Amino acid sequence: MSPLGWDAAADLEKPPATVPDVAVPEALRAEIDARMAEYPDRRSAALPALAAAQRVHGWCSPEAIEQVAAVMRVTPAYLESVASFYDMLETEPVGRHSVYVCTNISCSLRGADELYEAMTRAAADDPDVNVRAFECLGACDIAPMASVDGVYVGPLSSADIPALLDDVRAGRPVLPERQLARRLVADPHANKGEFPEHPAQGAGG
Amino acid sequence: MAELMTGRAAPAGPILLLDDIDEPGLATREVYERRGGYESLRRALALEPEEVLAQLEASGLRGRGGAGFAMGKKVSFLPKGSMDKYLVCNADESEPGTFKDRELMQKSPHMLIEGIVIASYAAGANRSFIYIRGEYVHQADVLDAALAEAREAGYVGEDILGSGHSLSLVVHRGAGAYICGEETGLLDSLEGKRGNPRLKPPFPANQGLYQGPTLINNVETLATVPAIIRLGGAEYAKLGVETSTGTKLVSVSGHVQRPGNYEIELGIPSREIIYGLAGGPPAGRGVKCWFPGGSSSPVLTAEDLDIPYDFDSLGKAGSMLGSGAIIVVDDETPILDVAMKTAKFYRHESCGKCTPCREGTNWTVKMLERIDAGEATPMDLEIMASVQEHIIGNCLCVLGDAMAMPIGSMIAKFREEFEAHNEQARRRRGLGAEAASDLALAAQGAFVEHPAGRLAPDGSGDQAPGEHEAAPGTQRGGA
Repeated sequence: MSPLGWDAAADLEKPPATVPDVAVPEALRAEIDARMAEYPDRRSAALPALAAAQRVHGWCSPEAIEQVAAVMRVTPAYLESVASFYDMLETEPVGRHSVYVCTNISCSLRGADELYEAMTRAAADDPDVNVRAFECLGACDIAPMASVDGVYVGPLSSADIPALLDDVRAGRPVLPERQLARRLVADPHANKGEFPEHPAQGAGG
Repeated sequence: MAELMTGRAAPAGPILLLDDIDEPGLATREVYERRGGYESLRRALALEPEEVLAQLEASGLRGRGGAGFAMGKKVSFLPKGSMDKYLVCNADESEPGTFKDRELMQKSPHMLIEGIVIASYAAGANRSFIYIRGEYVHQADVLDAALAEAREAGYVGEDILGSGHSLSLVVHRGAGAYICGEETGLLDSLEGKRGNPRLKPPFPANQGLYQGPTLINNVETLATVPAIIRLGGAEYAKLGVETSTGTKLVSVSGHVQRPGNYEIELGIPSREIIYGLAGGPPAGRGVKCWFPGGSSSPVLTAEDLDIPYDFDSLGKAGSMLGSGAIIVVDDETPILDVAMKTAKFYRHESCGKCTPCREGTNWTVKMLERIDAGEATPMDLEIMASVQEHIIGNCLCVLGDAMAMPIGSMIAKFREEFEAHNEQARRRRGLGAEAASDLALAAQGAFVEHPAGRLAPDGSGDQAPGEHEAAPGTQRGGA
């Protein structure tokens, strides 16, 4: 190839710097590659890629960021700036299981703040469980509620906490009777027929 | 009135979106098709795109995400001609109190997909995305499964049903940021960046995703499209009232006995929704205030319960229909708690790009904390009200306004309660006569030595010494 000059345009597709040869788990690399292929611009895959890396590493650790950066051919700094913006991407080490307690207005009107306090106390000595107060999770109809490894459960009271944490630790479906997925719509005019409740979701995590 | 307290007074209105929503298997293509699903798509593809657009415009459908902009008009803003055009479905439902899209996506995902394909045909878009909030794990899984079925059946992909129209559709999961529900913040997030809103204009219809013309609509708006094609735009427009046509999903939450989603015909009295459908507050309690359209709408009081629930009536009453999320607060709840929750949420979610929003949300929380602690002067309410006025209209997006409007309305409507709260807290702290005389002086406009700092009557004095929190955009977890 001739040296750059008037006759040869710079290759804009070429990565600007040498991409470090980072060892990336094969499944993670394949997932990120697949996500990048879905968009006209590969950078659009940043969120799904970071989420995938977080599932592998537990959080967006420097190692995780580096792996995503190598596969996506972007800088780690870029990915760090993205990761620090979003609540669900963890920039510190956290427990394997996430318990997001919604403490926004509708839930707090129904006692979410007390629920969050009690949940925090109950899981205080378990490093595996990451209890967080979270902004409105979009389930005010089952307030107060929590998202346990992505599974919505509610309405909850402090009395439910031991059973909930037991289910989380044992890897069982969390409080199957209280899962949002089972609920029928509230509008009495919506369903003309008598329908059974929906099945509960499986174990999270 | 008595029947309103016990059950629904009026007969059931038309049900378009929630019709038999809990039928087992509705999330599968088989059941959806058995119930006439994808018939609207076939009918639309047999028409010219302009004819589909004409139906959308005739329907009078206004956007269900919050702003209430006419959907047909929005589609018509996209430039004509062959170029890459995008359709983005905003499924980042994170306005506090809103959970209608969740129910639709989880139980009837094909209705949304069908709406997206029809709208993309009208707009000439050939790439589409559903930006769903990361917290909706189950709903995103349901959508992914439904999308795979739709692809298999040829409803999404190349040359859909032999029409020559092609559309790709990707379910894109967010990662937890309220601001990504703002359309330009959503676009940046979808491009793989931090979700900071953009300056408008250019509007997304001209320069949106990847700088291409982009149509952005809410889930409920797009899910209504198949019904409009089925009924015909003119027939749909007969539902509801003149400037608010059709049916609307309303999410009712807070202090009501039957919280949940209800499909109503626009224009029915708000009381019928809050008391008739949702059962009103628990026995013995009344409505203190209610947010008619999510936590960013100015609050209304019990006196406003007879206002018709539609875009223009609520607008005239000084509030807005917003996302259709009614949050009811009963008369035993201190207004300060409601204001504090609201303000802290917006402080946490402010992206930090514009100063009035970043600083204004932070200041509002601090001043509310001073009132809660009994450390506020009477001027503080004035200052807090003026902070709200200075936020509104001065930022790239309306996140700051979304705090300023409800907080401003609470100060205007419950000023005496804020003052009483401060006074009681002050007494509890044992600041007796001396502090009270300070208050009297302050009311006369004199300088006041204040426990938490020094404030001149015009508010230009030193600010209260307080610990500065981390920048709002970087806070983690709840406040």
